[in-house]
Amino acid sequence: MVDILESRRPQIHQIGKEPFAMECDKHSAPGAVSQRACVFCGSRVVLYPIVDALHLIHGPIGCAAYTWDIRGAVSSGPQLHRMSFSTDLKERDVIYGGEKRLHKALCELIDHYQPKAAFVYSTCIVGLIGDDVDAICKKVTQEKGIPVLPVHSEGFKGTKKDGYAAACAALDSLVGTGSTKGISPVSVNILGDFNIAGETWLVREYYRRIGVEVVSTITGDGRIDDVRRSHGAKLNVVQCSGSMIHLAKMMKEKYDIPFIRVSYFGIEDMAQALYDVAEHFGGGRPLEKARQLVRDEVAAIMPELQRYRKDLEGKRAAIYTGGAFKAFSLVRSLRTLGMKTVLAGSQTGNQDDYTLLKDLCDEDTVLVDDTNPLELAKFMREKKVDLMIGGVKERPIAYKLGIGFVDHNHERKLCLAGFDGMRQFAKEVHATVMSPIWKFTQRPRISAAQGGFVS
Amino acid sequence: MICSTTQTRLPQLPDAPFTSTQNACKLCTPLGACLAFAGIEGARTVLHGSQGCATYIRRYMISHFKEPIDIASSNFGEQAAIFGGRENLRVSLQNVSKQYEPRLIGVATTCLSETIGDDVGMFLKEIERETSAEGRPVVVPVSTPAYAGTHAEGFHAAVRAVIEQLAEPGEPGKHVNLFPGMCSPSDLRYLREVLEDFDLPTIVTPDYSDTLDGPTWDQYHLIPRGGTSIQQIQQTARAKASIELSQTNDASRTAGCFLEEQHSVPRHRLPLPIGVAQTDELFAVLERLTGQPTPEKHQMERGRLIDSFVDGHKYLFDKRAVVFGEEDLVVGMAGLLAEIGMVPIVCASGGKSGKMQAAIEDLAPDLTSRVEVLQGVDFVEIEKLAEKLRPDLLIGHSKGYTMSRRLGIPLIRIGFPIHDRVGGARILHLGYRGTQQLFDRITNALIETTQADSSVGYTYM
Repeated sequence: MVDILESRRPQIHQIGKEPFAMECDKHSAPGAVSQRACVFCGSRVVLYPIVDALHLIHGPIGCAAYTWDIRGAVSSGPQLHRMSFSTDLKERDVIYGGEKRLHKALCELIDHYQPKAAFVYSTCIVGLIGDDVDAICKKVTQEKGIPVLPVHSEGFKGTKKDGYAAACAALDSLVGTGSTKGISPVSVNILGDFNIAGETWLVREYYRRIGVEVVSTITGDGRIDDVRRSHGAKLNVVQCSGSMIHLAKMMKEKYDIPFIRVSYFGIEDMAQALYDVAEHFGGGRPLEKARQLVRDEVAAIMPELQRYRKDLEGKRAAIYTGGAFKAFSLVRSLRTLGMKTVLAGSQTGNQDDYTLLKDLCDEDTVLVDDTNPLELAKFMREKKVDLMIGGVKERPIAYKLGIGFVDHNHERKLCLAGFDGMRQFAKEVHATVMSPIWKFTQRPRISAAQGGFVS
Repeated sequence: MICSTTQTRLPQLPDAPFTSTQNACKLCTPLGACLAFAGIEGARTVLHGSQGCATYIRRYMISHFKEPIDIASSNFGEQAAIFGGRENLRVSLQNVSKQYEPRLIGVATTCLSETIGDDVGMFLKEIERETSAEGRPVVVPVSTPAYAGTHAEGFHAAVRAVIEQLAEPGEPGKHVNLFPGMCSPSDLRYLREVLEDFDLPTIVTPDYSDTLDGPTWDQYHLIPRGGTSIQQIQQTARAKASIELSQTNDASRTAGCFLEEQHSVPRHRLPLPIGVAQTDELFAVLERLTGQPTPEKHQMERGRLIDSFVDGHKYLFDKRAVVFGEEDLVVGMAGLLAEIGMVPIVCASGGKSGKMQAAIEDLAPDLTSRVEVLQGVDFVEIEKLAEKLRPDLLIGHSKGYTMSRRLGIPLIRIGFPIHDRVGGARILHLGYRGTQQLFDRITNALIETTQADSSVGYTYM
């Protein structure tokens, strides 16, 4: 048996067992095998789907190698974002500085690939060796005539969330530099959707159907020119609020553009997103259209969902996501399928998120912030879950214990947003939970003895 | 306009050499150390640096091995980056010990901790003085800054660090050491089988055949079962010989070298046993060490392999392949291709040992003028050359898929990582048996191309 580390206890809560208190927004405990990454990861993950920009990672090779073509974020045009560019710093650069190398690398790449802008990501050692990345970016901006934006994403300077903020700061310097001519008064920007398997396209199409213009999709099949004119939109619709809320706040302050938080996962949240946007623009025709759209789409997927629900009723699920907002949608989506969430958590949720999650989940559900493999395994066993929803790093934990798994992270290649996404999600859940292979594994069952660990 | 507008096309590739590395054909040094430590029984790794290093490396390795891989991080914040990471390291060791009850903790540095000049060796001595000896795991530090070398260097450095710290002198025994290098769990299992068939007690370091390719569990294991035990590692200094399978690592910095110099354990440095000739070398050494002939089972495997060479040779003659990946694997494959009549027209790696050219010339002297050996290159450079030379096959890990797709040339997946297929851990490359599997896959890929390209659609080839 393994005990929860003392320093980790305040970040775990069992609903109803004690008065609600949840610590979060903390730096991960050293040695705790956090499922989080670093500041750089936060920035890289947000800016990655801007497809016509050059993304140059300034540092030794690792950071670039591990982020080469890893997202399921698709493009309708340029594929430049799927390349991995690194200054690949060596020992001599660490001693003498990497500025010259950075400058040369940038100029060559811009000349060749002709991007609309370039992002330069600082990794851990860049600040330590004293490279003035801002100055180099400024210089190349002048020399090449495109925006070259520093992203201050040194891995150790905070958590993944600080990386989101650094990415938003870089985007902020682009917003407001393009023409807003011809933008409709009923218009939005889509923030925080990454066009995994074309999800942004799907949502964009919904907005089109209810008569709302999408000015920029910022981080989903994103285009630099659209970002530059995005201050012309009348509303920012923010999904995955952890990552893009900073930009929404910046745009509220600078351009007085209001923002709302939405989620495109699950029937309820997807419908609510469309209603909220329609209502923001005064209800009327957009709202009528939204209602019609929801009716049509739900009718189209319902028979299939009901088929799955018959098999899934009463099954138990664990959820571990990057941002907490997605967890809310997943709890609701699982309910739609008759399933119960017994373990839920996120890497970067804040106090408000966990309060909401507590209200949303049933008694006894365990909530975890910035958890680790051992805690996940412990609670998955204790709670006798049938399904884990998470990312690549959670998958083997579930599989090893003979538990079904659905990838809901950015590496997936399956569209799970919107109404058709809900259908695909249900199909995925059904496929893993109902697979006959589990009979060969020693799955922890409701009746099984207390979950122990083998050391 | 450089960026193509068709959805599946990636940008046009440049001609001139670039300052930057684009689509690297190598990984960073600490990853290699993580792989090596994963093959030590009861071991956990702490990466001394930012959280991201551990998480990225976990994700990368998990996607290949499809197993839980827990790597801890000392998780630097700004404070640690300014004042040093001693306290973070101390807390990490404490937390990892408490949670995982490891017997050994490997501490691999990162570019961050190396750049700020953390003296991990000294930290560990201080921490050791401060903590009670009871139940304390062995802690093995290894220096793996990402700005020096690749994952291959990190791997070999970690193996050496473990041996250097733990090997204990004593009466010579009857056993031998095997340092297999970076090979697959299936390769490790095969090697163990061969050694068992020779009745030769052998310590394989590292051995992640069970830890990174195991069955499902009824309970969650803190640390997967398997690996080379500390006790075994202690005995390596008393072995009657060491066999190390590498031609491209720095022969003066390997574990085998350390044991030879410090403990007078004779060393046999061999190429990866891929292909008949290179596998023969390994079996010859085993025959010498045991005084026994190669067991019949393996002679039969060799015989069947050569029989299949005869069956397939005409599909292969003069076919050209581009081979890429880790240097030792590329060299090994080049040897196999040469002996079956194919030409490894490009042998490429992101690694830069400077030894590939000589090693390949040694294995395939007749082909020297037709083989281009590229070291320290990235996928843009490899692809540019492949585009010009139009080989019949690409042979390497799954990151070559981009190139394979764009050029319309089949990819034979070998080595690490295999991120787009299941079974990466189960690919067998070594010995007569591994060669047999590679040979069949290569031959069938070429037959398949001919079959697919034919206007007739023969069902009988």
